Amino acid sequence: MAYSVKVLDHYENPRNVGSFTKEEEGVATGMVGAPACGDVMKLQIKVGKDGIIEDARFKTYGCGSAIASSSLVTEWVKGKSLDEALAIKNTQIAEELALPPVKIHCSILAEDAIKAAVADYRKKQAE
Amino acid sequence: MFAPVYFDHNATTPLDPAVRAAMLPWLGERFGNASARHEYGRDAKRALDVARAQVAAAVGAEADEVVFVSGGSEANNLFIKGLAGRMPPALLAVGATEHPSILRPAAQLARQGWQLRRITVDGDGRIDREDWRDVVSRRPALVLVMSANNETGVVQDIAALAAAAAGIPFHTDAVQALGRIALDFRSLNVAGVRAMTISAHKIGGPQGAAALIRDRRLDLEPLIAGGGQEGGLRSGTENIAAIVGFGVACELAAARRVETAAHLQALRLRLEAALGGLGATIFAAGAERLPNTCYFALPGIDGETLVARLDRAGFAVASGSACSSTEIGPSPTLLAMGIEPSLAQGALRVSLGGTNSARQIDDFVFALKTMALNLRRLGAVAYSG
Amino acid sequence: MTLKLPIYLDYSATTPVDPRVAEKMIPYLVEKFGNPASRSHAFGWEAEAAVEDARAQVAALVNADPREIVWTSGATESNNLALKGAANFYAGRGKHIITVKTEHKAVLDTVRELERQGFSATYLDVQENGLIDLEVFKAALRPDTILASVMLVNNEIGVIQPIAEIGAVCRERNVIFHVDAAQATGKVAIDLASLPVDLMSFSAHKTYGPKGIGALYVRRKPRIRLEAQMHGGGHERGFRSGTLATHQIVGMGEAFRIAREEMATENEHVRALRDRLLAGLADLPATYVNGDVEQRVPHNLNISFAYVEGESMLMAIKDLAVSSGSACTSASLEPSYVLRALGRDDELAHSSIRFTIGRFNTEEEIDFAVKLLHQKIGKLRELSPLWEMVQEGVDLSTVQWAAH
Repeated sequence: MAYSVKVLDHYENPRNVGSFTKEEEGVATGMVGAPACGDVMKLQIKVGKDGIIEDARFKTYGCGSAIASSSLVTEWVKGKSLDEALAIKNTQIAEELALPPVKIHCSILAEDAIKAAVADYRKKQAE
Repeated sequence: MFAPVYFDHNATTPLDPAVRAAMLPWLGERFGNASARHEYGRDAKRALDVARAQVAAAVGAEADEVVFVSGGSEANNLFIKGLAGRMPPALLAVGATEHPSILRPAAQLARQGWQLRRITVDGDGRIDREDWRDVVSRRPALVLVMSANNETGVVQDIAALAAAAAGIPFHTDAVQALGRIALDFRSLNVAGVRAMTISAHKIGGPQGAAALIRDRRLDLEPLIAGGGQEGGLRSGTENIAAIVGFGVACELAAARRVETAAHLQALRLRLEAALGGLGATIFAAGAERLPNTCYFALPGIDGETLVARLDRAGFAVASGSACSSTEIGPSPTLLAMGIEPSLAQGALRVSLGGTNSARQIDDFVFALKTMALNLRRLGAVAYSG
Repeated sequence: MTLKLPIYLDYSATTPVDPRVAEKMIPYLVEKFGNPASRSHAFGWEAEAAVEDARAQVAALVNADPREIVWTSGATESNNLALKGAANFYAGRGKHIITVKTEHKAVLDTVRELERQGFSATYLDVQENGLIDLEVFKAALRPDTILASVMLVNNEIGVIQPIAEIGAVCRERNVIFHVDAAQATGKVAIDLASLPVDLMSFSAHKTYGPKGIGALYVRRKPRIRLEAQMHGGGHERGFRSGTLATHQIVGMGEAFRIAREEMATENEHVRALRDRLLAGLADLPATYVNGDVEQRVPHNLNISFAYVEGESMLMAIKDLAVSSGSACTSASLEPSYVLRALGRDDELAHSSIRFTIGRFNTEEEIDFAVKLLHQKIGKLRELSPLWEMVQEGVDLSTVQWAAH
């Protein structure tokens, strides 16, 4: 399969790989996908007191497109408010990375990962 | 080394040096399996794509209409059995002078409940128009008529025949026509031809590669099941070296066809003029024939005897089609044309190629004349009429 | 010396043509171009003689009579001819066929086609090590069983099936026994004079010969009959019509001659390299060898690397030309059906690599592969949330995964 230059770049040099400690103030985690489906994405966001996402980390088990999609969203969510982050659509991710039709599900998973992370943050805040 | 003169190009042709050069890397460092997903495999896959485009372009087809197979016989079997396998037994019509790789599968179908109808040819080997109308009126489920005959070289008017059989799946074996006469699958397809067989080793390409060119709407059952190569129509690891050679041979044949045909036609006329002087009967003389093929008999002289003498004198010719030459007896093609068995027994086929020369023709005629004289004097009429 | 990349470790997909084989083939691509079916001149006789010499060479490797060797376009065609040819010829005796879930697609798809034609088939399970349990085979036999097909060497995991024992059972029960030996020639000694095998498929391009040529062994005593699948000029005694590609046949003959003479030394060479590769990967945690380690050809190593995803792994190791699953099916991303048949879950099937080592590999290449795999598997595991969870002591089987 031919990957786009941007997918290859994110795959070769993934941004923001790693994990925050879960107990850290403002950290929330979204984990989506399943090993049996071939993709698992873990996206973590660190939200500041002002409600802005200060930092993000990811780990992904999946194909090159899945790794690239999650790497890309860690860059995109930084500096955004939670609502702005939620406004990121899979189509934007797919377009940015020039994903072929068979890889669109990777961008959907990345969008879901943002939603899951934000939901986790809001749940924690509510507690 | 003493190199005999090769006059048997309808059996197989020498490999063109440019084709050989294109093939050799694929017997060397470029050896990948086209199904493999690494660079060796992709390299092979790309070569396959290029060859497919070359073959398609040479016969006016689309690349995805080309199904690569191991030989013309396989392509013919694939069409007949592949299509028949998808329908209940019905009427099957084949030309009376078709190649064994069509007649035998047809006979096989007849044993499985199909009704087999042979289409009559006239004295010059052409499909009889009246019989054709009769065949078409019976609405056979499939029809096969070759573009050019391997023995006589007779060229059928495929477009006209197909047009008169509108709606009936029509196949033409164009193995002998490729590179020798114009061949355009698109216009044949418009006229009603649904599939066509071509082969590499009759046009300076290697043995081991051929293609069924087919209308994509045709629902064929594969002959060989497995890994699903060739869109599922032909499984088995692709023979890249031979297919690459086929592609290049097709490109060369198309580029040189007009020029080569003129050269061959001139040689054949030279030969036939001389044969006339020897009292030879030229078969199908009244029909349009391939520019390279001359099928004749010297009355009263056995073909096999003559062929053996010619071989010793350094001329490689055939007494019948190579593919059926294990059989004893006069050529079924000639018998279908109504030729007397005694005359048919003397049949000799000279099939020319681009590297043959006028000098070779003259030497051949001289040798033939001497032999004929001796054989007639000895009364060596070694056949039972 | 710098290594030529990618390093070819996919000898079970296809092998390079041995230069000695290519050299033998070339004259048949130059002046010796005759059609072996041409009976009327020296060009044809010369080609025919070459074809018969090659037939004897192929027969010699497997200790058969040359008259038992039928040329085909490859092992796929041989498998089709053997199975359809025998099933159709002996259909009057019965309708049941036995094969195995880990066979090559050319066998499985052919048997499926025969099922559509009205035959019934049993697809046997294998044990966790990939081998057939003889008792399971015996239990599958029915009074109407006419044909069984079991491969000698599996193309993905390299395990060697006990065909002598299976063949003996078949002989006893009057069942025709076909063996796909495409992956076995030159790796495993085959003695058809003593093996109770009726039909055996061969391929040239897995044994340093050219593509586009193969053969089918058809036993003469007791005589096995087949219904031809390709009709025409009556070549190959009517078993298989069509002009024979002389240069390819000559190549197969030479390749099999070399295999016979050099099998012992070559197996030592590839076994040493394979063991070096295995030893080099031994300290990578959570890696599993697929298929029996002992009952296995010396050049195959099939390993699953847990917690990394298969496609990204192939991307990471693109300097190694290897295969994940069979070459013939790897166009689709389905997990290998062979590994599934061993009971491997989909993730482990997805993250498997088949290394098949060959005549032209070197120690340097193996060392490069070991180093690269350590580096890349390590990197992908750093990226893997699954690996992280396992390190934290989470049992992945207890995790509720979000529906996707």
